[in-house]
Amino acid sequence: MPYPDSLKQLIKVVESTREERVARKLKNEEVPFLSLDERAEMLKHHPDVKEEGRREIKVGPSKGYRVAHEMADLLEASSRVDPTKIDVSRWDYETDVLVIGGGGAGTSAAILASQMGANVIIATKLRHGDANTMMAEGGIQAATKGHKDSPYYHYLDVMGGGHFKNVPELVETLVTQAPSAIKWLEGLGCNFSKFDDGTLKTIHGGGTSRKRMHFAADITGAEMMRTVRDEARNRADKIKVVEFSPAVELILNEHGHCAGAVLYNMETEEYTVVKAKAVVMATGGCGRLHIQGFMTTNHYGATADGIVMGYRAGVPVCFLHTVQYHPTGIVFPEQAEGILITEKFRGSGANLVNIDGQQFVNEREPRDVEAAAIIKECIASSKGVPTPTGKLGIWLDSPMIDMLSGEGTVEREFPGKFILYKRFGIDISKEPMLIYPTLHYQNGGLEFESTGKTSVPGLFLAGEVGGGIHGENRLMGNSLLDIMVFGRIAGRSAAEYVNAGVQDGTLTLDHVKKYNAEIEQEGAGDGRVAPMLLPDYTEPVTRERQLTSHYVGTIR
Amino acid sequence: MSSQVDQIKEEVEAKLIPIYVMGKQYMVPESLTIMKAIEYAGYKYIRGCGCRGGVCGACATVYRKPGEYKIRTGLACQTVVESEMYLTQLPFYPANRATYEFDNLEGVPEEIFQLYPELFRCVACNACSKVCPMDVEVMDYIAALKRGDIAEASRISFDCIQCGLCASRCMGELPQYHIAQLARRITGAYLTPSAEHLKTMVANIEAGRYTKGLDELKAADTENLRNLYTEREMEPATAGEDWSPQSDAYL
Repeated sequence: MPYPDSLKQLIKVVESTREERVARKLKNEEVPFLSLDERAEMLKHHPDVKEEGRREIKVGPSKGYRVAHEMADLLEASSRVDPTKIDVSRWDYETDVLVIGGGGAGTSAAILASQMGANVIIATKLRHGDANTMMAEGGIQAATKGHKDSPYYHYLDVMGGGHFKNVPELVETLVTQAPSAIKWLEGLGCNFSKFDDGTLKTIHGGGTSRKRMHFAADITGAEMMRTVRDEARNRADKIKVVEFSPAVELILNEHGHCAGAVLYNMETEEYTVVKAKAVVMATGGCGRLHIQGFMTTNHYGATADGIVMGYRAGVPVCFLHTVQYHPTGIVFPEQAEGILITEKFRGSGANLVNIDGQQFVNEREPRDVEAAAIIKECIASSKGVPTPTGKLGIWLDSPMIDMLSGEGTVEREFPGKFILYKRFGIDISKEPMLIYPTLHYQNGGLEFESTGKTSVPGLFLAGEVGGGIHGENRLMGNSLLDIMVFGRIAGRSAAEYVNAGVQDGTLTLDHVKKYNAEIEQEGAGDGRVAPMLLPDYTEPVTRERQLTSHYVGTIR
Repeated sequence: MSSQVDQIKEEVEAKLIPIYVMGKQYMVPESLTIMKAIEYAGYKYIRGCGCRGGVCGACATVYRKPGEYKIRTGLACQTVVESEMYLTQLPFYPANRATYEFDNLEGVPEEIFQLYPELFRCVACNACSKVCPMDVEVMDYIAALKRGDIAEASRISFDCIQCGLCASRCMGELPQYHIAQLARRITGAYLTPSAEHLKTMVANIEAGRYTKGLDELKAADTENLRNLYTEREMEPATAGEDWSPQSDAYL
């Protein structure tokens, strides 16, 4: 879908100011960066501070904590299936370690656990590897160059990015285990971009004091994911993968230890029971909840299932009051809505401009500040560009990059996005992109320790489902790192826990029954069920005609 | 403002066009991707949908346009519908995958030949390259492997998303994308020099070189941390590999 004529008229306004803006850029005349006080003022426009966007959770271990309505809706929902209907005295699978989630964290955990002798089952909702890991383009941080960098500086950067609220022990583990995670991947044959002598190439990311972002061309996450997945497949004797079978409930035993999960086979619609000596929760984030109506960069299955299951089993949540919005997601054309436009465009000189063709913020502020500035410009200042779907956007003036760095730069440096737009009849080296902040990352999650342990014995976790590492705001390049460091740790801890001998006992879903009762008692939930499993994109008119269909939550 | 929105909205108000999902006609807005059109038609995805961003390989789609013999392919999440297109998704295609102990490989071509003898069943018909939704020159990397050039195969296959369409069209019944995965891993681990600075850093961390500095940071109060953060020396954007900071106190 090319730009309609009315948007083309508005693009002329952008063009009318472009030459002058390019000239200023060449003279290093930038829109000044905001001071710390000005940043704080700007952040009042960030969705995180909108009190009407969240409410106190009425039930569970973090009762009273204020989180987004969309998250509270799930935490206050009943189980998908009546727990009394499930017979947990018999099980369909038995294993040492059950890993829930088949992304980067879960797969690394499975490999490490299997290396320590554990039999592993990976239960995953989509295919093995269909995860946000696969979509991460930018890179993975690690202080690997001792002549200029160290875990000390990495620690400082992580804390500064997270507003100094991060859990210190988790950050320490993240930065000290980062180089060994990279080394592990290198040994598995992951193709990081290197110089001829084997030196890893590194660049800056937003908020880094040293260039420590490692990358594999512009598909870093995909290269990492396909490498670890291939390794897991080589270990099929120890690692069994069950696809299209998300976990919907954790199972505890009579001692209160985590001892398995109930899986839902989405294709045959059966519920099955897995008995396990330890469980690693690695279900990722929540983009598909579309918090506050935002579009998302996340994959189809990012619906916070692990948070719901862990919370019901008694693990508190933290840092869920903050959500990361990537400042620049595609808002037009509608087919590409939510897709991320990398920070590199702004790093290469593209301005953000409003409907009048004017700049309103420096394009290299931290993610949360940049996102807040765009929202303010569109809503409070009414300077947004209206889109055909009734939304608002801001121009990201990509043609400037060719003017600054020579014709052909956009096509050469951003081949993926150039082709994507070309399919829609838009040449981004000639026409600007229309963007708006897009829901990108769940900063918070279930509470856990740097060993991967949670408050429930036998339940470990890794990756985006956990909270505390990134405080209130994650830096670019630290999520691919997080899943590798803590995925490996969780796998190792779970296997150690199993190898030390676990106390067997009667399996039970009493905690789910109790939770359902608490919801009823508080009058919460409104008949909703969770985990969501998949978002619902059925047209309302279609849904109205599905007269004999029965929906459980979003699933028919 | 609202009249402006209405005006733009009206202009792109998509007209409905017919598409045939596995032979059955549905009227869908012409601006949608195949994925959104199938959802618009009333389907609920379980298979055939993953990242929705063109990198996971879950939504490989095969289609044909009226009056054409040509088989076309695309990713459902990236391809815009066309009037009268006949389409089906191929969310899974069975392909042979060899199992190997990666650490015990030597990284030589003969190992690939042994694990995947069907490599030599390739008749160079190029159906694999034609069908690739990522425009990977599949036949060329298979040819490189037949010559024993693992690194070249790795380079050519780098953008592969492992959707399996190549295997679905192969006369020689090769699992191209699995073979390429092995080639890339061998290239990364055996044919590319490992990073010396990385080994040194891991050893230094294990030896406790940074423990004292990190203990100081963990013990620091927020105000102190803020100061250290604000004052930390920034590596300039234009600095080369040999750049060093002024202070080496915490290196």
